[in-house]
Amino acid sequence: MGFFQELLHKSRMKSPWLIHFDCGSCNGCDIEVLACLTPVYDVERFGVLNIGNPKHADILVVSGTVNPRNAKVLKNIYDQMPEPKAVIAIGACGTSGGVFREAYNVLGGVDKVIPVDVYVPGCPSKPEAIIDGVVLALEKLKVRKPEKDTEPLVADLKKAREFYENREERQVTG
Amino acid sequence: MVNYWQIFCVHIYLISSVLCVALFAMQADLLMIFFVMTIGAVFMVVGAMAVPSPYSQLGAQRELIQMLTYEPLLIIVFVGIYLVTGSFKIDDILSYERPIFLMLPLLYLVLTFALTIKLRKSPFDISTSHHAHQEVVRGVLTEYSGPYLAILEIAHWYEIVLILAICGLFWSTSWIGLVLLLALTYMAEIVIDNVTPRMTWKWMLTYVWAVGISLSFFNMALLYANSF
Repeated sequence: MGFFQELLHKSRMKSPWLIHFDCGSCNGCDIEVLACLTPVYDVERFGVLNIGNPKHADILVVSGTVNPRNAKVLKNIYDQMPEPKAVIAIGACGTSGGVFREAYNVLGGVDKVIPVDVYVPGCPSKPEAIIDGVVLALEKLKVRKPEKDTEPLVADLKKAREFYENREERQVTG
Repeated sequence: MVNYWQIFCVHIYLISSVLCVALFAMQADLLMIFFVMTIGAVFMVVGAMAVPSPYSQLGAQRELIQMLTYEPLLIIVFVGIYLVTGSFKIDDILSYERPIFLMLPLLYLVLTFALTIKLRKSPFDISTSHHAHQEVVRGVLTEYSGPYLAILEIAHWYEIVLILAICGLFWSTSWIGLVLLLALTYMAEIVIDNVTPRMTWKWMLTYVWAVGISLSFFNMALLYANSF
């Protein structure tokens, strides 16, 4: 790859932006994820930002069991993230549904909806384990270099337009 | 990025910011710089409004309110500089003997209000914040991603350079004074950003206009009294 592509790729690895989504968890794992941003563990010194916008994010951090309603939203958020991206499933609930596996509304883990790269077990996962998970995801992202964008801009925008026009199927409410 | 329109508006914003800095370097008219800067900011708002997403629309309207807040104050600052130095052109302002800061200290405070709003620092980071602070997802920047987000950031940096340069006009006689003034101003901005929370747009509008207009009125009155 060219010099700028290498530089961009390296900066992406050195400063991943997260988006955190809660798929119906008890908030234990969510609190631990946000605790990573507090001064004790402080991932912001590594350049990790908790950006709330999937269009700006590299890594999707999902906690909680997934139910059919959540699944649509989760798929929507995953689709909005630009390549290259990684998904981390946090907690026992995120990996396989945890103790709630047999419940009638639980799909059973994030990997039933979107491809997951890293599983972080725990109930709730320790912040150190979560940071470990993010580092592992970065290792996976490092080899996932984005190819040269061969699709012309007009076709890209046409695809975006169709994505927008098909939003009725992805709508969760109403 | 969702639209052709967004791409166009982002590029116009970048061109206008670069042009502003270039015009400042070539020592053109301050009013011309102000108008080109306004064109860029308006195109950023139009780009955000071209998307039907509610986050983007809300951010665009808040950005418009921010512009409404700081633009009259910026014009008042330029008029104050004119009253002291007698010209809007930057080469005349730079050749004035005394540093303008000594005659217009309160107007410098008004300029730091505009600087805080332009730098997107608390308490005025209402449309989109500089760090990861989310504001209705990301406000104006919500629907941009990839290279177009990068272009927006670069244009924002050019605007920061421009406003700091206008701040630097206030002590144009010696280099040490200039660097000290700019360093102290930027330090104060960082401190204020970390100390204050984000406020509402109604508070921002009323407070900044009330304080800004009264400070500038007071300073103009002082200037008038000094001329006797």
